[in-house]
Amino acid sequence: MNAPTSRLVLRAALLTLVAIAATFALDPFRNYQLATAAGCFAAVAGLTVLVGLTGQLSLGHAVLMAAGGYGYAIASTAAAEALPGSDALPFLAGLGGAVAVSGVLGLLLGLAAARLRGPYLAGLTLAMVIALPSAANVIPALAGDQGRGAPFFPVPEALSSLIAVEQWHAWLAIAVAAVAVTPLAAMRRGRAGLRMRAVLGDETAARLAAVDPAKVKTGAFTVSSLAAGLGGAVLAVATQSVSPGAYGLGFSLLLVVAAVVGGLGSIGGAAAGSAIIVVLPWLVDSAASALPADLGQRLNGNLAVLLFGAVVIAVTAARPGGIAGLPRRLPRPPFTRNTRTPETEPNQNTER
Amino acid sequence: MDRLVFLLSTGLARGAVLALFALSLVIVWRAARVINFAQAAMAIVAVYVAFALTAASGSYWLGLAGALAAGAVLGALVERGPLKLVPRDTPLPGMIVAIGLVMVLQSGLAIAFGPDHRPVRAPFSQRPFLLGDIPVLSAYALFVLLLAGGVMAVLALLFGRTSLGLQLRAAAFAPETSRLLGVRVPRMVTAGWMLSVATAALAALLLVPTELGLNPHAADLLFVNAFAVAVVGGLDSPLGALIAGLAVGVLVSLVTGYVSAAAAPLAVLGLLTAVLLVRPGGLFAAKEARSA
Amino acid sequence: MPAPSKKTALAAAAALAAAGLAACSTPDEDDVPGVTDDTVTIGTHQPLTGPAAAGYASISAATDAYFQYLNDNGGVHGREIEYLVKDDAYNPSETQTAVRELVGEDEVFAIVNGLGTPTHTSVLDYLDQQGVPDLFVSSGSLTWNQPETYPNTFAFNADYVTEGAALAQYAVDQNPDATVCVLGQDDDFGAGILQGVETVVGDEVAEAQEYSSSNEDVTAQIGAMMAAECEVNILGTINGFTALAVGTAAQMEWFPQWYVSSSGADYPTLVEYLGEEEAPLLLQGMASVNYLPNSPGSDWYDLFRQINEDYNDGADFTGNTVFGMSVGYLFAEALAAAGEDPTRESLVAAIESGDLAGNGIVPLSYSEDDHAAYRSVGIAVVDEGVQDFVGTTYRVDDGTVEQIEADPVPLENDGVPGQ
Repeated sequence: MNAPTSRLVLRAALLTLVAIAATFALDPFRNYQLATAAGCFAAVAGLTVLVGLTGQLSLGHAVLMAAGGYGYAIASTAAAEALPGSDALPFLAGLGGAVAVSGVLGLLLGLAAARLRGPYLAGLTLAMVIALPSAANVIPALAGDQGRGAPFFPVPEALSSLIAVEQWHAWLAIAVAAVAVTPLAAMRRGRAGLRMRAVLGDETAARLAAVDPAKVKTGAFTVSSLAAGLGGAVLAVATQSVSPGAYGLGFSLLLVVAAVVGGLGSIGGAAAGSAIIVVLPWLVDSAASALPADLGQRLNGNLAVLLFGAVVIAVTAARPGGIAGLPRRLPRPPFTRNTRTPETEPNQNTER
Repeated sequence: MDRLVFLLSTGLARGAVLALFALSLVIVWRAARVINFAQAAMAIVAVYVAFALTAASGSYWLGLAGALAAGAVLGALVERGPLKLVPRDTPLPGMIVAIGLVMVLQSGLAIAFGPDHRPVRAPFSQRPFLLGDIPVLSAYALFVLLLAGGVMAVLALLFGRTSLGLQLRAAAFAPETSRLLGVRVPRMVTAGWMLSVATAALAALLLVPTELGLNPHAADLLFVNAFAVAVVGGLDSPLGALIAGLAVGVLVSLVTGYVSAAAAPLAVLGLLTAVLLVRPGGLFAAKEARSA
Repeated sequence: MPAPSKKTALAAAAALAAAGLAACSTPDEDDVPGVTDDTVTIGTHQPLTGPAAAGYASISAATDAYFQYLNDNGGVHGREIEYLVKDDAYNPSETQTAVRELVGEDEVFAIVNGLGTPTHTSVLDYLDQQGVPDLFVSSGSLTWNQPETYPNTFAFNADYVTEGAALAQYAVDQNPDATVCVLGQDDDFGAGILQGVETVVGDEVAEAQEYSSSNEDVTAQIGAMMAAECEVNILGTINGFTALAVGTAAQMEWFPQWYVSSSGADYPTLVEYLGEEEAPLLLQGMASVNYLPNSPGSDWYDLFRQINEDYNDGADFTGNTVFGMSVGYLFAEALAAAGEDPTRESLVAAIESGDLAGNGIVPLSYSEDDHAAYRSVGIAVVDEGVQDFVGTTYRVDDGTVEQIEADPVPLENDGVPGQ
């Protein structure tokens, strides 16, 4: 481990401890929200590195999270049946399952993604989100639209007089998120990150420098989906369930919103973005419900969605580079590759 | 055999609407190099306008004209409004604004009109003609096919044979050069948006009578499937949108009929994956510049 | 650029912490959650936004209107009922958040009428762990009737298997030789209806088709049923898809008999979909099952209509309205029976006592080892634009269907229990 990496690990450990300490200041519901935010954070961090560093836009990270969630539920249920009496082993087995399922799916998708340009990859991943409920219906192991349950991980006895179960789950969530995100942060700053930036900057130049863009892109996609899968495992631990309805199109797009609003490529931005998509709808809903009830039933729920949408637009307009972003860090647009540079214009037009 | 003819004919009518909506995505992609994620919500707002006009006047055709006009106005408003707030050199901020816009428009519609489905009558009978014993296309399905085909022909003429079309294409592909040559690029981009959303509004208007009714979410799935269609066809290719639209419509109908309704989205995903693996830029992709 | 990221992360954590501290509250230990001297607070999760809102958003509005009526008439044991309705957009993860907030922050006494199978399934274990009464779940899944595993959870709808069996039995009783087919939603709803039908006709279902609620086109399915020459179509469909199925068949000049589950057979709602002119013709003779006082001219029906006018802005009066208000009445009855100083235990005991009557056309079947609300359903048929019970009532027990006499619960004291 070189010096910068060990510094990074140290900082990650410190931040993890700070986050765990913060759970003591929160009541059970907010600890649950924190656990949810931690799960989203792992997925958004994976997404932000993928989009920010390699320019591959995935609209399907909710499905990768779901893959992790199903992997967790299946493996931990099996382990709990094989080893009754233990709580920790099914949890670890579940994490293994999450990594395996999301890793394989991510690798397959990454192989396809390496060949595709921005909007084409976006279209493929979007179709994947729409197909998730069908897949749950067709594949018996996914148990249809009711989804699967995951074993409940109670507070260990030594701690049970100290903390509530929500706080315990928040700890687990923070720890898993840390395990998922720290390698991303290290990768982003290391050689792999350099290769990704090289590929994003100019694929031809990268090739000339003996960097294989296809390999880099596939690798980035796999790593990113591993993080998303661990995020899905976190949600499965906190909610003890995984079902296709929870990983729909709206949620998948919210993950993209979190990555962009936070600032593409930035891990801290991913944390802020995740906190925003978890806490902001709830804040807006609370504010909206403070309005007099006689304004009409139709406002119920809808007003909160409307205000949330408006805030998303306002934040994007105010900080197009994201909360953590500075203008110079704006990555190259994943949707356009060379299309605006004058030299390629003739080529673009010849076939019409 | 009877079954096959029946399923093919239902699939074609669906496919025509899909193709039209996919075409609207192709137009805005060609004009502004963006995927408009708010296309469905904007189209549905225009259909509400048509619904109100038809209810007030009793004329379907006035409603149809209203939908086209409302779509065009909405396209211009969004392009000149919220999207002006964010930089254009990278597409993601625009996409996030569009997602925010979807939330605002759909919940706004739900607040204004309620979440219920409002039945929309078709202007022609939906009773299928019989070919022997087999029910095939209805008058309304024929109307949809003809209108969709007509709109595509007109747009093809517009893009291929008129000066406006040339300017639209030039502004999209070479904004800097076009500007030097006197093309008013911002105006052309706005025109592309207007055309695109008007086309989407027409597609949504044609779809609604065949489904549960008008509802803020009535075009959500249409957008997703049309996006898949546009990608299969090649985002730059109107012809691709047409052919892929009909193909996906027929595929969904066949899979639903012979396998199950649940398998249909998986079949679309499978088709999309297969096409993109063979042709990463869609079926009718323009040849790319060699990179290395 | 680690500095800004770290700062942001810390800021986010700090913001969360501050929000937590500001709203932290510790309840007194001996207090019953959600019960004060003059209020009882309960909560629910409902789809108020998103695509599912179209079919269901009117239920909680009706329940709320009933509670307002009740509160204006003295409440229950002098306490007003506060009904907190949280939107979950029919998304299980939003259900999780909504229910945890209701239980953890709002400290509700009970969750009442949480809607949907996938949504409510996701909070079942949580509510059990928290010991929160989980009353009158709004779905016909068999999941809610597991007193051993979930002692605090009670169903409200007649389960889908019961409905399917009753519909099939009525079809067989009307015409033993009819070709019976099933169209069902591709989830536990459609599967339950099909299972019920099969308990009666065995494997003689000529054609079983499925639809997916995200694809609003059933032409292929109806075409297959038509090709199989079905005579009786039993539908496990929600209202919109019942209308779609009937309308699509009519376009093909096909007019079979329709036998529809209570979840998709609400006449006023179907009229909205099919239009005032065509609906009476297309729906003539449509048979369905129901167990609530959904009978024009009955005392309950008239009372609910009046409450709908006075407390619900005269919203469309549909089966959802009757459903929502019936749930409200049943909760009020249970709360009244739970005593002057209700606790969560006394509330559950009151329901398990079997003394609650409800307001159905048959008595409730709650007991200690049975958490299903209705095991019997009545057949209603549409005739000349009026949907009403025809007097045939079936009881379904362990796969056997027997015809029984309906025994409607009379309206007492203007629908205000506990006086």
